Amino acid sequence: MKILLPALSPTMETGNIVKWLVKEGDEVLSGDILAEIETDKATMELESPDDGKIEKILVKEGSENISVNSEIALLTVEGEEIEEKIEKTIESAPPVIPNGSEKNIKEINISMSSLLKEQSDGMELKNWSEKEITMREALNQAIEEEMNLDKDVFLLGEEVAEYDGAYKVTQGLLDKFGSKRVLDTPISEHGFTGLAIGAAMSGLKPICEFMTFNFSMQAIDQIVNSAAKSLYMSGGEINVPIVFRGPNGAAARVGAQHSQCFISWFSHIPGLLVVAPSNARDAKGLLKSSIRNPNPVVFLEHELLYKEKSNVPEENDFLIPIGKANLIKEGSDVTIIGFSMSVQRILNALPSIEKLGIKPDIIDLRSIKPLDEDLIYKSVKKTNRVVIVEDGWGNTSFGSHLSYLIQSNCFDYLDSEIIKVSGKDVPMPYAENLEKLALPNTDEITSAVKKVSYTK
Amino acid sequence: MDKKTSNSFSNDQLLKFYEKMFLIRKFEEKAAQLYGAGKIGGFCHLYIGQEAVVIGILSSINSEDTVITAYRDHGHILARGVDPKLVMSELTGRKDGISKGKGGSMHMFSKANRFYGGHGIVGAQVPLGVGIGFAHKYRNEKKISRVYLGDGAMSNGQVFEAFNLASLWQLPVLFIIENNKYGMGTSIGRSAAGNDLFERATVFDIEGEKVDGMNFFTVSDAAIRARDYINNNSKPYIIEMDTYRFRGHSMSDPGLYRTKDEVNKMKEIDPVLMMKETLLKEFKIEEDTIKDIESNIKRQIKDVEKFSLESPLPDIKDLFTEVYL
Repeated sequence: MKILLPALSPTMETGNIVKWLVKEGDEVLSGDILAEIETDKATMELESPDDGKIEKILVKEGSENISVNSEIALLTVEGEEIEEKIEKTIESAPPVIPNGSEKNIKEINISMSSLLKEQSDGMELKNWSEKEITMREALNQAIEEEMNLDKDVFLLGEEVAEYDGAYKVTQGLLDKFGSKRVLDTPISEHGFTGLAIGAAMSGLKPICEFMTFNFSMQAIDQIVNSAAKSLYMSGGEINVPIVFRGPNGAAARVGAQHSQCFISWFSHIPGLLVVAPSNARDAKGLLKSSIRNPNPVVFLEHELLYKEKSNVPEENDFLIPIGKANLIKEGSDVTIIGFSMSVQRILNALPSIEKLGIKPDIIDLRSIKPLDEDLIYKSVKKTNRVVIVEDGWGNTSFGSHLSYLIQSNCFDYLDSEIIKVSGKDVPMPYAENLEKLALPNTDEITSAVKKVSYTK
Repeated sequence: MDKKTSNSFSNDQLLKFYEKMFLIRKFEEKAAQLYGAGKIGGFCHLYIGQEAVVIGILSSINSEDTVITAYRDHGHILARGVDPKLVMSELTGRKDGISKGKGGSMHMFSKANRFYGGHGIVGAQVPLGVGIGFAHKYRNEKKISRVYLGDGAMSNGQVFEAFNLASLWQLPVLFIIENNKYGMGTSIGRSAAGNDLFERATVFDIEGEKVDGMNFFTVSDAAIRARDYINNNSKPYIIEMDTYRFRGHSMSDPGLYRTKDEVNKMKEIDPVLMMKETLLKEFKIEEDTIKDIESNIKRQIKDVEKFSLESPLPDIKDLFTEVYL
């Protein structure tokens, strides 16, 4: 058996033989140190790959710049002939050319929206029995219905059970389902998020509530490294059917550590789905779809929207598919895009925009990942002008990426720059006047619309 | 707790355990060789020296029980019975790898064999394993989640959050600390304050003990005691295994943080050689019987090597598959 100069680090290309610790004729055991080798990083020990006898030393000690995989000694071992054949295999192995070439990588990339195609369409058109309720109640209904339908669904988080939820979203669920399925956790995000992901890996369907998404940072390693990546790095073996949910973004005067939007953080991660509804109806339909989805879903709510009401279907089978945006107002002159709380901000600015004689398309994205690119591009190709409104910081934000996607897919249709109205690049201040200034406001949205429309 | 003895295993059973230990040893030696030849890339953390831990624990495991560990996982997945060809093909990054070549040395899983990885972030597997234990209890399954962690992880915050949750919710979890004395290049004395590591769990009302992890029999005895304790008390338990890795932290570790004398001294209590000695001397098993087993494994490893080098690279289209289900 030939002993080759091994690669002793991922970057080593050549090495020096500092010293042989064995001589010809020595009997060695597997793992015995044969020589000291100097690599690009350190002096390492060369261990015997097998039991046997040192037949010959081919490269003397003191030799320098020996290439990796050069023969440096011969070892006689039992079953030598088979060993020889294997050596040949090692030498002649790869590069193995797989099917396809690297050129067609773009063509085989699978668009995310096609992954969710099979989700029920036409939900919006059905004749539902509807009732006007708050987003808080809608979320509560969604959880209750799905827990009734599937006993693998359970809920955990801080104050979700006996306290009835810090924001009352989970009110009454402990009474209905008991402490086995509705669990108060210690203030231990890293631990209980990991626990929930582990439970999901073994087939349960946890709803993991963060009292606010600010606290999810304590657990972001588990969300990114364990939940998002396991399916891929296990070659499809382990999926993680889990929903992370809770209020996201700035509420009202709760200061810098409790006021921030995580849309850009989570939508950056392959393997996560990201959903952010703006109203009660969407919240119910999307949360039900998220609980049924076999992937990890980050479901971002907004505290200021919990009390907002809309007509919500009462039936168990009402779902809103993940990945479908909603054209909530149809116009012709400009496309204004928002999600979650920023939809509310756009609607607040609508009267002043209409006063200018401008008729906007308003798109509520609802899902950030996957993104309903078809609906967005269709609107942009019609209006030729775009304003994006996001509460989060504008620096390397989701809005920046959306603006990139639009210019790259609708370049010939644009009649103006794309304007992004984002949160200011500062930690959220406490003072009422400063907090208002830090978030996108009616004036900024209206000015942006005027600018892309070349209106004075 | 009364001590049980592994002498209740038949000679055939003991030989099966020895065979698995020997398989792991030879597999890892081959992995080292293939790494040296440039056929395995990236990180490669070998289990050589710690074989008695995983096989001693195996002797107490029901096939339905679940296991999760960190990144030094080759020995663990082999112990769970996954075909070594698939494990080696993962190391060589090939299509036939257990994770289709997309996971690598640190990320291997097998639901069929109840092995939940293969996790690269120190400590992260511990809450995950407690979650698997949660699922066992939730479904009223009579299963135990075995959660392995290293001495390095015992200074990681989420591990203590996981201890708290496991004990608070009385989950069927066995924590197994593989204390091999070094977290990469930092000795335990330079990283952990206080006494024995397992004692850190006792404040959460988790009972535990420290055992000789170089000896299959002491490990097996402790593993069986722990299993019976968890089944009888519906509570977690912790064992600290006093063990040692003979090779570096990973393949590119020059090992400057410990002396040759120390490593050589530990090699005198090599767990594979010690088990063989015990089988020969105390169980009067014929030397030829053991030799046959060893030659079979050596032959198997040659097939494994060949398979792992002949398996094709993954298809390019697999770059984009399995991001979402």
